[in-house]
Amino acid sequence: MKLLKVVPDDTNIDFLKWRNWAFGVSLLLMIASIGLVATKGLNFGVDFIGGQMIRATFTQTTAAPVAELRETVGSLGFGDPTIQRFGAENQVSIRMKLPAGADKNPEIANAMAEKITNKLKADHPDVRIDGVDSVSGKVSQELFSKGVLALLAAMAGVSIYIWFRFEWQFGVGAIWSLMHDVTLTFGLFALTGWEFDLNIIAALLTIIGYSLNDTVVVYDRIRENLMKFRKMEMASLLNLSVNETLSRTVMTSVSISLPLIILVLFGPDVIFGFSAAMAFGIVVGTYSSIYQAAPILIWLKVGSHSFVPTDDAGSKAERIDDNFGAKP
Amino acid sequence: MLDFPRWRVWMLNTLIILGVLFAIPSLLPVHMRDQLSKFVPAPAINLGLDLAGGSHILLEADTSQLAETRLEALEDSLRTAMRRAEPQITISDVSRADGKLSFTVTDASKVDAARKALIPLTSNTLGSRDWNIAVTDGNRFIVTPEGTGNENALDQAMDTAKDVIDRRINALGTLEPTIIRQGDNRIVVQVPGLDDPAALKALIGKTAKLEFKLVDEMADPDQTAKGKARVGSQVLPYPNNPSGLPNIAVRRLGGISGDKLVKADPTFDSQTNEPAVTIQFDSEGGQRFARMTQQNVNKLFAIILDGQVISAPQIREPIFGGVSQISGSFTTESANALSISLRSGALPVDLKIVEERSVGPDLGADSIRRGVLAAVIGTTAILVLMFLVYGRFGMYANFALVINIAMILGVMALVNATLTLPGIAGFVLTIGAAVDANVLINERIREELKRGRRIVQAIEVGYKEASRAIFDANSTNVIAAVLLFIFGSGPIRGFAVVLMIGIVTSVFTAVTITRMWVSRWVKRTRPTELTI
Repeated sequence: MKLLKVVPDDTNIDFLKWRNWAFGVSLLLMIASIGLVATKGLNFGVDFIGGQMIRATFTQTTAAPVAELRETVGSLGFGDPTIQRFGAENQVSIRMKLPAGADKNPEIANAMAEKITNKLKADHPDVRIDGVDSVSGKVSQELFSKGVLALLAAMAGVSIYIWFRFEWQFGVGAIWSLMHDVTLTFGLFALTGWEFDLNIIAALLTIIGYSLNDTVVVYDRIRENLMKFRKMEMASLLNLSVNETLSRTVMTSVSISLPLIILVLFGPDVIFGFSAAMAFGIVVGTYSSIYQAAPILIWLKVGSHSFVPTDDAGSKAERIDDNFGAKP
Repeated sequence: MLDFPRWRVWMLNTLIILGVLFAIPSLLPVHMRDQLSKFVPAPAINLGLDLAGGSHILLEADTSQLAETRLEALEDSLRTAMRRAEPQITISDVSRADGKLSFTVTDASKVDAARKALIPLTSNTLGSRDWNIAVTDGNRFIVTPEGTGNENALDQAMDTAKDVIDRRINALGTLEPTIIRQGDNRIVVQVPGLDDPAALKALIGKTAKLEFKLVDEMADPDQTAKGKARVGSQVLPYPNNPSGLPNIAVRRLGGISGDKLVKADPTFDSQTNEPAVTIQFDSEGGQRFARMTQQNVNKLFAIILDGQVISAPQIREPIFGGVSQISGSFTTESANALSISLRSGALPVDLKIVEERSVGPDLGADSIRRGVLAAVIGTTAILVLMFLVYGRFGMYANFALVINIAMILGVMALVNATLTLPGIAGFVLTIGAAVDANVLINERIREELKRGRRIVQAIEVGYKEASRAIFDANSTNVIAAVLLFIFGSGPIRGFAVVLMIGIVTSVFTAVTITRMWVSRWVKRTRPTELTI
């Protein structure tokens, strides 16, 4: 049986040739992302800013009457609603700030939700209320700070691990490429205005996990080659390592992208932002392992000397030499 | 490396079978699972409310109010103890300011006696001190909360509150609520399948603290209107006051509380035919109620619910049976809700709803249906791709992947974990890691073959060299998962749990299990050629 080759044998692409360009572009994209987040802001869900969100589906209508809803809900006297389609055309989320005093008296929030849903049902007999979320200011602040803390702790923790398992430069490279991936995903959300809620934090964590996985594979090969080819120039060695792992990179990214793309296309509408974020993250994470995590090692002056001085690295080198010593 | 002793093969196969067996109940439709659980224990994965639909309510206790309640209780028992002391001890200038109880013993010679009487009130059942007693200026006592007194009180109050909520929800009927304490002062109530939690909230949001106090008939209406009360009285809101005032003054002491009830039922007032609630005190409460009504015939007494007066009828004659009726602008529903709340006891502490989420069953069902569809298509695509690229070794990886999915489900069912939307993200990540492990191994074997190694050696080196990257990649995921579990909130923890389980099963199936199969194949066929 003839097997499929995702990458032809002896592929040798000079990836590192474009490293300065790639780095510049990435830096610009990161600055643009930060700028977008700073100016346009993220469309935070009630999870993070508090308030009330009502999700509704208009079962007999092709497109939800967003403009009309804005008018009618706005006229109820609870302030201006934020109304968005999510997923399908006939599904909307209506977000309201919690009225003053709702923190002390939940009845106020209840009354608001009831009034809005009753109005919707009266105006549109085909409406189906899919859910109501009310989050108080205090809880939303907690969710936000805990989410950020979890994200930072995970990023710091894994970078420290990489630092111990490899060298400090590798740890820096890993955290830099994670920051790159997370920043660009934030930028995507600022650009598209997709709702940013707790589930997106989970998506970000998945992206971090995947991107790191990719970085570790490339780093592992770089470490191995650093000990094997002591005289090779660093850029060529990185190219060799990336090319050697290329078919694995392509194969794994394709395998993971497949279910995600299907999830984006056919998956539940509620998790569209969530699946889209993950699919985006896989692409960015794969790119960053090659164009961020690897070239940083050149700039941080990693070379074959990096693995000689310590005893630990020496014993590793020995172990691997044993394996390669047994030539057939 | 490729050597597998018989006992290891047996152990691995047993683990696989166990994992798959435990996954089965979760994959069955609910009615079949119910049938199955009649014969064997069939633990299944719970679906989170975001997938299955239902209501989630997070309640938070007002801790400052609890400290105040404790202080009030101490004051009550202090006054009783001083009155009952032989000889009686007169105290004055009682104050509860700044979370401390302070009072002056008028007769300085009785300070020691007062201290003696106070000590039993300030220590708990374990014998340690809950309150610290200090005496200043010779005869002024200052009692301050000490040690873990307030925390213990909160802890107890939260436990009681949890039970009360449980009883109240059970009164609603066939719901299957999950009620758990969270942190120091929070309670999570989750009710699957209930998408309109209005009735639920009406029931658990109310403290249902019932009190009977005498109306201060000497109060100056002008002062009461301003919210000012005489010494020994307090002003409470009274929305249905026939006099038109929004509030009413009542005597602080000498009332009784409604926590000694044996019954509370919705009924209709025999005269006005309006909805009302009848309550029946237990014997002790009944005696106290009889004494109070006997001593105060023709006076007004206020019926107070959660700090608000609902009516203030006149005591026409002493009530001896311990049965009373509460009326005052109830609807049938609110009378019913109040009687449930009174029956299940008052909440020991005020709880307010700080977070509430409800998901309609249609949305949840749609999420599951389309989520499962996408997962099936996605997984099938991976399986086909793996087979096309790695042939026989791809099939090993595929079997391992299917077993991996089953084992994740099995372990989740076993530890009674809940699958939520973020959990699905964790699932995707671990499946990705499992596929990646096999890709790494197979690519490495290819490479080693290309370098001219013999087949057996290429396989051995391939597994060994790939294992290092697999180990590092999965270690980082474990670290991330543990940190997420420690620092994250609810949904993020759901992600972390799936990730932790998934990493273990992924490495187990993608590395150990495939190696067992590969080694058996190598031993049996002694291959001279390997297409990979």
